[in-house]
Amino acid sequence: MIESPLVRWAALLGIASYLALAFATIDVNWTRVSEGVVRAARLFESFISPNFTSRWSDIQQGTIESLTMTVTATVAGVLLAVPIGLGAARNLAPWWVYGICRGVIAASRALQDIIVAIFFVAMFGFGPFAGFLTLTVSTIGFLSKLLADDIEEIDPGQVEAIRATGAGFWQVIDFAVASQVIPRLIGLTAYKVDINFRESSVIGIVGAGGIGATLNTALDRYEFDTAGAILLIIIGIVMACEYGAGAIRKRFA
Amino acid sequence: MLRIQALTKTYKNGEAALKGVSLGVEAGEIIGLIGPSGAGKSTLIRCVNRLIEPSSGRVQLGEVELTGLSGGALRRERRRIGMIFQEYALIERLTVMENVLAGRLGYTGFWNSWFRRFAAQDVQRAIALLERVGLIDHIDKRADALSGGQRQRVGIARALIQQPELLLVDEPTASLDPKTSRSVMRLLTELCIENRLAAIVNIHDVVLAQAFLPRIVGLNAGIVVYDGPASGLTAEVLTSIYGEEDWTRTAAGEGGSDDGEPLVIARMEAEQ
Repeated sequence: MIESPLVRWAALLGIASYLALAFATIDVNWTRVSEGVVRAARLFESFISPNFTSRWSDIQQGTIESLTMTVTATVAGVLLAVPIGLGAARNLAPWWVYGICRGVIAASRALQDIIVAIFFVAMFGFGPFAGFLTLTVSTIGFLSKLLADDIEEIDPGQVEAIRATGAGFWQVIDFAVASQVIPRLIGLTAYKVDINFRESSVIGIVGAGGIGATLNTALDRYEFDTAGAILLIIIGIVMACEYGAGAIRKRFA
Repeated sequence: MLRIQALTKTYKNGEAALKGVSLGVEAGEIIGLIGPSGAGKSTLIRCVNRLIEPSSGRVQLGEVELTGLSGGALRRERRRIGMIFQEYALIERLTVMENVLAGRLGYTGFWNSWFRRFAAQDVQRAIALLERVGLIDHIDKRADALSGGQRQRVGIARALIQQPELLLVDEPTASLDPKTSRSVMRLLTELCIENRLAAIVNIHDVVLAQAFLPRIVGLNAGIVVYDGPASGLTAEVLTSIYGEEDWTRTAAGEGGSDDGEPLVIARMEAEQ
């Protein structure tokens, strides 16, 4: 790729010496590494023998909280994302509606979910309500953007044909637009359900309730066997969501 | 019945698609609009039902001036004009029946159309039309399960269920094979005659236009360069519409009927 052999070798040598120096700056404390390895071994050991029983009521409460958060936030998010998505499609909305809706989308996508969760926890206190708000915002950002982009790419011929019959605006939306975007909207919503569940376990760590809070407590107490049980539950539920989403997508294709 | 006067359309990018087109269509008259790609054929018919906003000029349908209407008044007048498209423009995921009934949306309230509650007489008419265009066995199929020719028949039924006075037909056969093209054109002209419908048919295929459409309007670069009977399409006229080419095999009455495309047509007619 580099013509001159001199430049090529110089570049390789430069990269190699940079890497050598960079690695040299990493201060490895070998005693701590060995302690870490021991802890890691204990962690994996606990995963092999997960403990569902001793903290079962906490786990149960956390799981139910997370699932509730996921479902309510997804439903609220979809209900808000659909009108915003319609308004953010350039081929449907007048420029000022488009501007406002694209602004809402940009705002709700600007911040990472964990940061949004920290804000909501600060505003509304610890617990699942902050988590519900976080996931709702994230669902709006995700779905309305993808929905709007989808609407902008629909076949304009179908819209023309329905307008030509003398149909009103909402009839055009129903027949020509919705019928083209709904299969993908359903697929995206199903996908977002499992993202939201995973997110609910992450934002729990910053205090927004749910299974994440339970997991965080278990790790703080060095109860790795309980943590292992929680992780297995998360993996199980995410896999169930995954299969469910696939089945739903197939049904509505 | 339809009167177009000094219609112009200049797009935002400065492209002048129509430069003062005047045209009259009488009730029950079928005209073929021919011309090269980019001559303004699609723009012209879309300016009639205002899917495209004309820059200046007037369009009158019967007693009503269409230019200048807006909102509900425009939608009410659109119900009088059926439209048929090159790529059929069916709602792919809906059934044949729903697609045909979509032609009645202008007469159906939003909530009734949302729950697909169409008037009983609309459903009766849809069934009758599907019978007429030969698709009664496909009534519950999704539009995307049909062949090109079948889809265009659904498109025709959707336009006719409006009970329009005028049909705007945009390249009805451009996506179809020659045999299907001819059967679609035949169906279209028959239906126009049965219902005393006026129609403007944009069409690329000069031979097909001559075979089915008695009056031809030639458009070139946004100007009407020919308006007369199909038999008047001589080599000179075709040159003025499309530009310099060897038109002797296509032109009407000039040694065409015993070789070239007309022979192909005769053979296809024999097949049917």
